Amino acid sequence: MAKIRGAVTIEEERCKGCNLCVAACPAHVLSLQPKEVNNRGYHFAFMSSPEKCIGCSSCALVCPDACIEVYRIREE
Amino acid sequence: MEEVRLMKGNEALAHAAIRYSADGYFGYPITPQSEVLETLEAEMPWDTTGMVVLQAESEIAAINMVYAGAACGKAVFTSSSSPGISLMQEGLSYIAASELPALIINVMRGGPGLGTIHPSQADYFQACKGGGHGDYHMIVLAPSSVQEMCDFVGLGWDLAFKYRTPAMILADGIVGQMMEKVVLPEQRPRRTEEEIRRQCPWAVTGKKGRKQNVGTSLELDDDKMEQNNLRFQRTYREIEKNEIRCECTNTLDCDYLLVAFGSIARICEKVMEMAAEEGLKLGIVRPITLWPFPYAQIAEAAKGVKGILTVELDAGQMIEDVKLAVNCNIEVKHYGRMGGNVPTPDEVLNALKELFINEKK
Amino acid sequence: MDINDIIKPENRIYKRPSLLTDSHMHYCPGCSHGVVHKLIAEIIEEMGMEESAIGVAPVGCAVFAYNYIDVDFVEAAHGRAPALATAIKRLQPDKLVFTYQGDGDLAAIGTGETIHAANRGENIAIIFINNAIYGMTGGQMAPTTLLGMKTATTPYGRRADLNGYPLAISNLVAQLDGSCYVTRQSVQSPAAVRKAKAAIRKAFENSMAGKGTSMVEIVSTCNSGWKLTPEQSNKWMEEHMFAKYPLGDLKNV
Repeated sequence: MAKIRGAVTIEEERCKGCNLCVAACPAHVLSLQPKEVNNRGYHFAFMSSPEKCIGCSSCALVCPDACIEVYRIREE
Repeated sequence: MEEVRLMKGNEALAHAAIRYSADGYFGYPITPQSEVLETLEAEMPWDTTGMVVLQAESEIAAINMVYAGAACGKAVFTSSSSPGISLMQEGLSYIAASELPALIINVMRGGPGLGTIHPSQADYFQACKGGGHGDYHMIVLAPSSVQEMCDFVGLGWDLAFKYRTPAMILADGIVGQMMEKVVLPEQRPRRTEEEIRRQCPWAVTGKKGRKQNVGTSLELDDDKMEQNNLRFQRTYREIEKNEIRCECTNTLDCDYLLVAFGSIARICEKVMEMAAEEGLKLGIVRPITLWPFPYAQIAEAAKGVKGILTVELDAGQMIEDVKLAVNCNIEVKHYGRMGGNVPTPDEVLNALKELFINEKK
Repeated sequence: MDINDIIKPENRIYKRPSLLTDSHMHYCPGCSHGVVHKLIAEIIEEMGMEESAIGVAPVGCAVFAYNYIDVDFVEAAHGRAPALATAIKRLQPDKLVFTYQGDGDLAAIGTGETIHAANRGENIAIIFINNAIYGMTGGQMAPTTLLGMKTATTPYGRRADLNGYPLAISNLVAQLDGSCYVTRQSVQSPAAVRKAKAAIRKAFENSMAGKGTSMVEIVSTCNSGWKLTPEQSNKWMEEHMFAKYPLGDLKNV
């Protein structure tokens, strides 16, 4: 059976760590960096469980700073 | 083709605007200038030249429509009378600060407050000293005839576009309401979008083939905002250097000088004639641009005179600039009527005698 | 499969709209403005109207909208955006003209311009961000502030006897003969964002089709002003704002 695999890239310096993408992700892929911050001092989002990503774009849709891009493939 | 017609000053404004290829008018009715909008609506220029005419919901909306139209590089204008012009001051400040060309017509009535619908010149300070907030100026043209009402529409736009600054025709209610012969100019074609893109590269026309254009007066960087202000001031100095206009009559050999603008300057012509019959030599300086003000021209005309009388339809506003023109080295006095009253030539001549001659005896 | 095998240009299904500039938006973390800016940029791009779109920015938090959405703009005086848009569209009817306004700009100081532009049926789209507070000036009461809601100028909660009632201005606009499409949307969830995008696109298409005035109200959050986290704000909005400002089309002709 074909399986959908996804991945996202997050523009770290643009991210403000609002956590809305983390909350919107149905597959619990994303987290905010617990310690590391970007140049503006925000705990930016990252894929903490990349293997779970289904490429649904939910995170990117709700991102107010348009820093997320989404990729998806179909694994046969 | 040029055309000779008999009409009111307000009507001439409307006809002139169409013929000088206006793109848009946005206004709100107020006495004594409502004929401008009425004439435009009756002429239906949208069918002939494609000009937009819109009765806005308020003067505030009207001036902001003019602001936006000017940002589009269009030849746009509005007209109103004193209380309405007060409402427009914020918009005028925005237009000046955004460095946009626009034409504003004020057919003045008596104030302050709701005042009266009858003629006045009491908006001199507001027009010339910046009625809105911030350091800005408008070019202010003062017509004294129906012909000048017509001509200054074209001149106003030419100057506004040349310097990217608002220009005001500051007319009094007399010039707006009186009927005279006027030669209307031939119809000029409206500029195409391509012409506007070429002539006004700053205009908001959609960013086809170029980077984004923004019409704005906002700049939160203090140093940049100061630079903007310095640029405005350079423009104003340039206008002061190039665009002063005034009319001097009998100023080479006179005992007293009258300084008056608009319709009152014409009353002063009669005063001059009557005085001459009594052997009293008067000269007249009529500032045509109230800003920039003809300081040097008045100083020149005032050489050797015994006194200067400013005649105004207000409590004494232009007199301050006339005093500056002569550095208070010559006695400058004011005679004015207010509340919509207009002085007769006799009245002005008597005032001159009272203030300068009888008092000295 | 390695993640780098997935992150390849040919697999990209969602990208940052190219019509958004590289500038970092000045909005607070989690602010709804960013989402709506993104939608507008996407829609203009998808409609192929980058070169003929003209926006009118308000006074308020979105005063710098032109720094983020890379189309021609005019910056309006507070509340006057619909008057500006009126003139721009009438003078350049082939352009896509839209305003972007907050609740203070559109429903307080600019109520007259809003009502009259819509009543004339100007062929413009009005994007209205309603977060029930003045964000830019530091969280004061807006005309849309809910009863009981605490703001800097209603520190004990908005009281009807002192401050009047929250204004559902979209309902007023929907009653006007000149409006063709009035809808209330939100952007707190992926599904809501998709619906809001469809609504804004429809508003833009209406304006080009000359159908009259379209208004898309986005019921939004202001987590700084509300003093909640972005997630808490979304929840609060769903629980409180939607009761006074229910989502859905108010008019669609």
